Amino acid sequence: MDKLFDWDLTLRLLQYDFVQAALLAAAVLGLLAGVLGPLIVSRNMAFAVHGTAELSFTGGAAALVAGLNVGFGAIVGAVLAALVFGLLSRRTADHDSVIAVVLSFGLGLGVLLLWFYKGRATNKFGLLVGQIVGVDFTSVLLLSVCAVLVLGVLAVLYRPLLFASVDPEVAGARGVPVRLLTPVFAVLVGVATALAVQVVGALLVLALMITPAAAACRLTASPVRATMLAVLFAEVAAVGGIVLSLAPGAPISSFVTTISFVIYMGCWVLARSRGRTRGVSRAAAAPAVPQPAHR
Amino acid sequence: MTVDRSTRAAAAGLSTPDGGRPVVELRGATLGYGGRVLWRDLDLDVAPGEFVAVLGPNGSGKTSLLRVLLGQQPLSAGTVRVAGEPPGRANRTIGYVPQQRALDPTVIMRGRDLVGLGWDGHRWGVGLSRIRERRRRVDAALAAVDALGYADRPVGLLSGGEQQRLRVAQALTGDPRLLLCDEPLLSLDLANQQVVSRLIDERRHTAGTAVLFVTHEINPVLPIVDRVLYLVDGRFRIGTADEVMNSETLSELYGTGVDVLRVRGQIHVVGAHSGLCEDQPHHLGEH
Repeated sequence: MDKLFDWDLTLRLLQYDFVQAALLAAAVLGLLAGVLGPLIVSRNMAFAVHGTAELSFTGGAAALVAGLNVGFGAIVGAVLAALVFGLLSRRTADHDSVIAVVLSFGLGLGVLLLWFYKGRATNKFGLLVGQIVGVDFTSVLLLSVCAVLVLGVLAVLYRPLLFASVDPEVAGARGVPVRLLTPVFAVLVGVATALAVQVVGALLVLALMITPAAAACRLTASPVRATMLAVLFAEVAAVGGIVLSLAPGAPISSFVTTISFVIYMGCWVLARSRGRTRGVSRAAAAPAVPQPAHR
Repeated sequence: MTVDRSTRAAAAGLSTPDGGRPVVELRGATLGYGGRVLWRDLDLDVAPGEFVAVLGPNGSGKTSLLRVLLGQQPLSAGTVRVAGEPPGRANRTIGYVPQQRALDPTVIMRGRDLVGLGWDGHRWGVGLSRIRERRRRVDAALAAVDALGYADRPVGLLSGGEQQRLRVAQALTGDPRLLLCDEPLLSLDLANQQVVSRLIDERRHTAGTAVLFVTHEINPVLPIVDRVLYLVDGRFRIGTADEVMNSETLSELYGTGVDVLRVRGQIHVVGAHSGLCEDQPHHLGEH
């Protein structure tokens, strides 16, 4: 346990270039995940993001076997998956099961591909549980460029995207190109997911993309405030997770996910004490209105 | 522009009342899917400030008519103009109130945000430049529907009536010239039905907004209806409630014996078959 809280060692490790590169990468990702998170939660896409991350792993594994850049493979896999999941109507009943079907097949394919790969074993595990300490400044630069592109597109699309996400029927009536925005948002989510996969790994992407936003919406229903809180939470989890993992040399993902989880629980408790947990409110005490039977 | 009794009378025919071009102009409009014709040769002008109720059984093409006006569904034949433009171009001048359907409880949004989207949700960008005007407009719209009390609560947690008032505020923030309502009273209780129809009625009188109101139940809006468009099986009738909602006209439309009863100022349609929606229980939202 001593080693877990060895701050001298942590401070010494923070001097290293590769550690600083990792922190920078985490900061960029935290921003990206925090901004996208509330929209993903509003669109009810958490499971689709999980599936996207797994298929990003498959894409990365395929690139590894083919001798291509793993990051590139991860992005291709994630964008393809996000497009497929995004185009499935989230209103259809079998939405989640289709994701599960594709996800499990993709994961199995990825494992098979890695079995073919005869290189170093750490590369294999990296895609699943994260390998941020492998990033250098070149990849941080690439990551930042991708992040700036995603955030730039998001800034232009923000209002129509929010409208289409929460209220597609009225948004369509007001002339918002709802059907066009769906695949565009899917691509943004795909790119962000693929970038996150390289930091926290495919298995734990939800800790950065979903948990901070889910925690934020426990505290506020304002889209702007939820976004700011989600960014804050994602930054604390991503950067804090790396700093804490330095001294013990433990896997970063465990720390990122733990911090994320603790923040979520904190928000949940706070919301309970303020008496506005989702699902229990003064409004819900009023009689519920039955859904219309048709349409 | 305000519609007085004489204008309403003029509007009862197909002629255009004085004071401006009709907001909706349908000429020989025909809509069909596959071999089935929903309606044929529909001529309809809706004047500014006019309230037209669209009635008919399920599947008679009421909602499709709204989709045509929104540019989401092309006509099979004929022409349509909305605010003088082809449909789809004029959507920014249209307010749309959908059927009451609970908003997803997962959406991260307050009542005021939902209303604000009606004002600028279709614009690109994050919307920092006109934030003051947005706030002023949203507050005014919320006050008009008496929704300031719950404007900061998550929309997913609001009751059906509260959500529907916000819908009306959302549709009206953009100062629409045309308001399209698709069964906005469905599954609301009687008190909320009255509130929502009164809000819409006030607006068309003060701002001259034309209203096309799809409903399967005319009674909640009977006192404010100028004209009725009744669609059945490819046929239709247009006229005042008295002209359309009588036994003779509806029997002819349905091609079978239909009795229209006037009971205590309400209209009840008693038909031979289940296709008559007016006879279905409509007080789903009552408790």
